[in-house]
Amino acid sequence: MQKKIIRTSIILTIIFIIGVFFIGLSKDKTYDTKDLIGQKITKVQIKHFFENRKISEKDFKKNGFTLINFWASWCAPCRDEHPYLLKLSNEKNLKIIGVNFKDKKSRAKNFLDELGNPYAEVASDKLGKHSVTFGIYGIPESLLIDKDLIVVKKFIGPILRNDYSLIKNIIEKK
Amino acid sequence: MLSNFGNTLLFLNLLLGVLIIYFSVGEFQNSKITISKKIYQLCLFQITFVIISFLTLITAFIISDFSIITVYQNSHSLKPLLYKISGTWGNHEGSLLLWVIILTIFSFFFLIYSKNHQKNYRIISLIIQNILILGFLFFLIFNSNPFSIIAPTPKEGLGLNPILQDPALAIHPPLLYIGFVGSSIYFSAAMSSLITNYSGKLFAQSIKNWVLISWSFQTLGILAGSIWAYYELGWGGFWFWDPVENASLLPWFAMSALLHSIMVLEKRNQLYFWVIILCLLTFILSVTGTFLVRSGILNSVHTFANDPSRGLYILIFLSLMIFASVFLFFNKFKNSNYGFYSNSRETFILINNWFMIFYLITILLGTIYPIFTEVLTDYKVSVGPPFYNTVIIPIVVLFLFFMSIGPRIKWIKNKSYNLNLLFKILLASILINFLITYFFNSYSFLSNFIIISALFLIISSLLDLNKSFKKKEINSSRVTSHLAFGFLILFIGLNHNFSLEEDFNLKLGEKKKFDNYSIEFTDLKLKDFENYKAVIGKFQINNLKKNLNQFLYPEIRIYDNPKTITYEASIRSSFLKDYYITMSNVDRSDYYNIKFQKKPFMMWIWISAIFISLGGFLRLFHNAKKNY
Repeated sequence: MQKKIIRTSIILTIIFIIGVFFIGLSKDKTYDTKDLIGQKITKVQIKHFFENRKISEKDFKKNGFTLINFWASWCAPCRDEHPYLLKLSNEKNLKIIGVNFKDKKSRAKNFLDELGNPYAEVASDKLGKHSVTFGIYGIPESLLIDKDLIVVKKFIGPILRNDYSLIKNIIEKK
Repeated sequence: MLSNFGNTLLFLNLLLGVLIIYFSVGEFQNSKITISKKIYQLCLFQITFVIISFLTLITAFIISDFSIITVYQNSHSLKPLLYKISGTWGNHEGSLLLWVIILTIFSFFFLIYSKNHQKNYRIISLIIQNILILGFLFFLIFNSNPFSIIAPTPKEGLGLNPILQDPALAIHPPLLYIGFVGSSIYFSAAMSSLITNYSGKLFAQSIKNWVLISWSFQTLGILAGSIWAYYELGWGGFWFWDPVENASLLPWFAMSALLHSIMVLEKRNQLYFWVIILCLLTFILSVTGTFLVRSGILNSVHTFANDPSRGLYILIFLSLMIFASVFLFFNKFKNSNYGFYSNSRETFILINNWFMIFYLITILLGTIYPIFTEVLTDYKVSVGPPFYNTVIIPIVVLFLFFMSIGPRIKWIKNKSYNLNLLFKILLASILINFLITYFFNSYSFLSNFIIISALFLIISSLLDLNKSFKKKEINSSRVTSHLAFGFLILFIGLNHNFSLEEDFNLKLGEKKKFDNYSIEFTDLKLKDFENYKAVIGKFQINNLKKNLNQFLYPEIRIYDNPKTITYEASIRSSFLKDYYITMSNVDRSDYYNIKFQKKPFMMWIWISAIFISLGGFLRLFHNAKKNY
């Protein structure tokens, strides 16, 4: 009897491990930022910066295009890109969602008060965990997403003049 | 042309594999006690064809035949000849062909060198080995064909990943593969042993040399990879607990355990089922490692291009292997009482095995844990050096003490301990450790224990060596490996204790001072090379105390094919220490990020590892001499 239990548990353990490997194979590797483009954004749940609710991927569906911009008050290049974000915020077919990355709330508020707020919604990712699931390692980085939640383009570093025109081209084309 | 030729050879091999199995099955009806010539001839054809197919692929790389996808993707006409050749196995398809070759070579030589053993046992080993060969050949031909063509033929290749263009990496895969693909032969032999009941001493004798060969090569292969990572990846250390490194270490632990327990089987005719488990486990772990590395399921510096279909094939094959071996093992397993005296060599070898299995399980858990958390909880984690160091290092101390005492214990029953001598050795080790910390003025609590236990092993191994010289015993293989292992741990301990590491930003012309060192960024040059451009920094290192004045030249290389930037560490190696500098540019500024390291005894860590594997080769040599 004891022998049987040992045998069964060994076999079950092996089946379990192989099963996990099998599922692991079919998992998305959103990790690899190079594979991010063309992928669908799913399961987003980030705290809202001002309100007591969570921002989810449903909030992106309402818009033609969504630009998710990862920023922080301590990030100098974020200041460089800010004027372009403000310009983009006037575009009809685009909404900008800001994800405030590893930042203090009061400083982030001051930053927006001082430079203006281009964001339709602001989310707060205090620990930087949610950003990693988007394949974000450093900021500023931005993701351009269409209404089907597919990542169209990823911008590493600040959005400057060229990127600004590129985004305008993309959103006006469709 | 080459593509058709290579493919034909691969298909012929497929046919030969089937024929060998077919005729081998027919051998059971044959009442002769020897295996018929036909099978030898088929095996000879098999090995010849597979080697020619590999040479064909090498030729395609040398003449830059870009009509073959593998060559197009991994080579370039301007590449130096050595890297054109090593490019053959520097990619998934080519290295898989190397797998098949080693499976075949081991199959052939096992057949030739096992003539003194029972016929049925040999035949079934051959059949199982050929099933493995067929499994990998199928995978090679239908999923990862190295001879696939591309049309129209590109004018130029994409080039081999620059960080793979390196002499240590040119030899790393073949060495490592002889190690873990070689373990396939004792997997097949163990299965066959279970089926034919050819067990005990004779079974041990039939596989012990194969275990030695694979273990020695595996050790060298891991070493070559480690040396490469040290100077190429610019991380500045000898081991990083990267999943891929771990994957190569797992079968090594199983092999090391096997290497020891097989002695008990040979000398005392005991531990048979344990030896079988280790034989099966070693190859299963090798294939598991291959699965982890090739499927892209793990994130690591050196995973191959991701392709889930590859992973799926290897996983299915692996599952079949595991279930076949588990099923067979459970069917044949008989409980036996070992009845070892606790004070005997057998018991100490068992203790060695417990340690090996402990390390194995720890590293296996650390390596696959991230897959489990991601699948089960959707949470991404990575298990890094702190986990391994915390779990493994304290146990190493105990392990080294057992390793020192074990070889002094007699088989069956040890009558007396020379406690007096052990006490003296311990005292000497503590004294030397005290001198080291006193003179070098560096102290860490845990490394004291590491250094003392390593010294304990070294001193007792040296005493053994002295004894065997006096008795004129030529076989000093065990002492060589154990002594070298003691030195390895000692140097790792010292290296850990006395390393110096500084990270800072410098502009051209600036100087940084810390401790007794000053580092000046004196020059920056741009140079064109055959297949890359390099930004070369010149750094002057002064040790104010020792009047040392040296220049180091780290590089940032920009390769064209494929477009890649690599950071080349500049290392000044000497007998006692290495100076190590890497530099990387800081975006949009004149500053460069500099990492400076002083690493004592690096060379001795490598040399110790070479001597560990040398012990294996010495024993092999000794066994060969005894038999002929």
